[in-house]
Amino acid sequence: MMWFNFAQAQSFMPTEGTKIATQVDNLYEFLLVVSLISCVILIGGMVFFVWKYRRKTNNDKTAYITHNTFLEFLWSFIPLVIFLGVFAWGWLLYHDMRTMPKDALEVNVFAKQWAWEFEYKSGVKTGNFFVVPVNKDVKLIMASNDVIHSFYIPSFRIKQDVVPGRYSALWFNANKLGEFHVFCAEYCGTQHSGMLATLKVVPQAEYEAWLEEESKVGTLPLAKRGEKLFAVKACASCHSVADASTKVGPSLWKKYGTKEHIEGMSDVDVDENYVRESILSPNAKIVKGFPKGVMPTFQGQLNETELNALIEYIKTLK
Amino acid sequence: MATAAAHGHGSDKNYLNESSGLWSWLTTLDHKRIGIMYFVTVLTFFLIGGVMAILIRLELMSPGQTIMTADTYNQVMTYHGTIMVFMVIIPGIPAILGNFFLPLHIGAKDVAFPKLNLLSWYFLMAGALLAFSTLLTHKVDTGWTFYTPYSIKTGTSATTMVLAAFIMGMSSILTGLNFIATVHKLRAPGMTMYRIPLFVWAIYSTAILQVLATPVLAITLLLLSVERVFGVGIFDPALGGDPVLFQHFFWFYSHPAVYIMILPAMGIVSELITTFSRKVIFGYTAIAYSSLGIAGVSFFVWGHHMFVSGQSETAGIVFSFITMLVGVPTAIKMFNWIATMYKGSIQMQSPMLFALGFLFLFAIGGVTGIMLAVIPLDVHFHDTYFVVAHFHYVMVGGTLMAIMGGFYYWFPKMFGKMYNEITARLSFVFIFIGFNVTFFPQFILGSMGMPRRYFDYIPAYHSLNAISTVGSWLITVGFLIALYTIINGLTKGEKAPMNPWGAKTLEWTTSSPPPHFNFDVEPVITGGPYEYR
Repeated sequence: MMWFNFAQAQSFMPTEGTKIATQVDNLYEFLLVVSLISCVILIGGMVFFVWKYRRKTNNDKTAYITHNTFLEFLWSFIPLVIFLGVFAWGWLLYHDMRTMPKDALEVNVFAKQWAWEFEYKSGVKTGNFFVVPVNKDVKLIMASNDVIHSFYIPSFRIKQDVVPGRYSALWFNANKLGEFHVFCAEYCGTQHSGMLATLKVVPQAEYEAWLEEESKVGTLPLAKRGEKLFAVKACASCHSVADASTKVGPSLWKKYGTKEHIEGMSDVDVDENYVRESILSPNAKIVKGFPKGVMPTFQGQLNETELNALIEYIKTLK
Repeated sequence: MATAAAHGHGSDKNYLNESSGLWSWLTTLDHKRIGIMYFVTVLTFFLIGGVMAILIRLELMSPGQTIMTADTYNQVMTYHGTIMVFMVIIPGIPAILGNFFLPLHIGAKDVAFPKLNLLSWYFLMAGALLAFSTLLTHKVDTGWTFYTPYSIKTGTSATTMVLAAFIMGMSSILTGLNFIATVHKLRAPGMTMYRIPLFVWAIYSTAILQVLATPVLAITLLLLSVERVFGVGIFDPALGGDPVLFQHFFWFYSHPAVYIMILPAMGIVSELITTFSRKVIFGYTAIAYSSLGIAGVSFFVWGHHMFVSGQSETAGIVFSFITMLVGVPTAIKMFNWIATMYKGSIQMQSPMLFALGFLFLFAIGGVTGIMLAVIPLDVHFHDTYFVVAHFHYVMVGGTLMAIMGGFYYWFPKMFGKMYNEITARLSFVFIFIGFNVTFFPQFILGSMGMPRRYFDYIPAYHSLNAISTVGSWLITVGFLIALYTIINGLTKGEKAPMNPWGAKTLEWTTSSPPPHFNFDVEPVITGGPYEYR
């Protein structure tokens, strides 16, 4: 199918990471070719008529043609057949995309402003990064507790809104190794375009080794666990840790032990209590020059050990 | 009556100099003057919305922060969308050209309810002032779609903005109501429904949509305000509401609204093609009824904006199917226009250039629309730049090209002066080329997966975004030349003859500019609108 290959060269779609992606692209390429032909007929016809029937004298007589029933039937019927054809093709493919596989590897996805959290059945949690084995059905069970987000992997041609108050689901079966972009596709506020994650597709053995390694987090030193947690909760989307640069919120680099200027209050010491309060009720003391109400509360999402781990980690940022 | 007619011919009185002073304009009941008032205000809104568009493109010229912060970008993107949709494209053709030419086209003295017509303008102004007032407080960052629960949680003036859209909706409803009554009641003797110009059919179909769909938006926006102000759980799951319900309500209006934007444009194109081909329109009935057909079907396709929202698979398939049906009347119109040119006598004046530009861009907008109606492709393209490119091809490439073409076409009639044809053509060249340079790369960006409403993007998308930004400068130059053409025409234009294009519709049988009551003698119609024999 020579012309399909030609179309593919022109289509600019991202790498096909699943069988579904290849099927979507076939449909796309078919439509691309049909569209190209239609545009050539329409625009070509238009340009030809404009040239052929250009005004020659100011008294040109034109033909008085009001309609032609046969022609009008043809150009209603042919598009209808094409439209219904691609509709049916789309229906069949969409049905496959929405039929969840049985016995899939289930991963819970939690979307929040502005990060993705992933949780495996073994209890392993990751932030903005997750790993799955190749050639295995994976089902994502997704939830949000703030606004609507949309989970989108361009290479897999899949996308599903993550709506607060209900679970939504997606499945895929990656047939290529490598790293793939995950985007948030539903506008969700300030850092919408920064709400990115990476999916790594690895062989089964490597996946198991990675899962094993990740589950050892509980035995790490407190500051190391804090560092992991900082990544999982995607705190770094808003707070820099390696320099004094300002992202959405204040930098945490060399912050511990200093004094902070607070909006409408006297200065406070950045100590254990202030850090703890800033995590659990972020709007209690707003640093001068930053807007109120941007940082979400982590009340109820962190246990005492995790809070201690984060505080220990912030102490080490020097 | 006879003496009045004699008097009209004898003097230079027309609707423009019939009375003078700002007050005479602000209290006018003349549909032509109200049309001009809409023109001035909508043009102002367009310039503001256009500046926002240029800012968006500048920010996206390279990845990372270029000229503004993420929050500012989100606000600019919101105001661009809100201004362009609610204040420019929706009122654009019906309120400016519809107001001016619908009564002239059917041989009437005015619209059915002149006071209501003036009130509609004041509603638009009140809504617009309220919308702009939010710029002075907490600028809105919800996007023009106000999706819940973000629009409930955001700490910005979303309530004010939503009320502004509500008031502007009132304006739209009243205009629609007025036009329906006018078409039914005020046609001149002999002007049967099958003798009205296709522009009137298009405005009539649009008016039906305005009257039936806009109240749904009003209810939705009111519910949103009630939720924000009183904390009643309707759309916010935290209060027991359903956020997807908002999307159903919103698109139940906003999809028909897409046709409120494009149907009048199709009406203008029908007029332009027949005039500049000097030939009877091909398939009058098919074009007229396809307008009504599009208007009817457009109420049942809203779910195609929600293929990935979590609506059921069955709902998605049904909406995909009905969406395909909209494609048919649209294709019919395209073929009819091109068939009209067959064996015509085609003159490439600037209005015709814009009409042909419309056909070119609308063809691309149309075929990409079919791609988006196929669900598996929409799953990939939804909320990416592919969608942004598609609706700009339809809304800007379609509606804005038609508005420009229609404006140049009727300029001599509206102001009694000719404009400079060379600068008018130049404006077309810049707008047409600039438009394609700006928006075609966005189809590719969308295919590559770049989501819309992104302040920042991965480096892979850089070069195409840079090209798109350069295109926006070409469009800017094009519109500046158009503005110059208009001002130059108004101040230095030669006096326009009664019928500079040799067109056959009624407005060309009265003087340029028309007298206060449009026709010195009430016209009696004996044939169709395009009798080029």
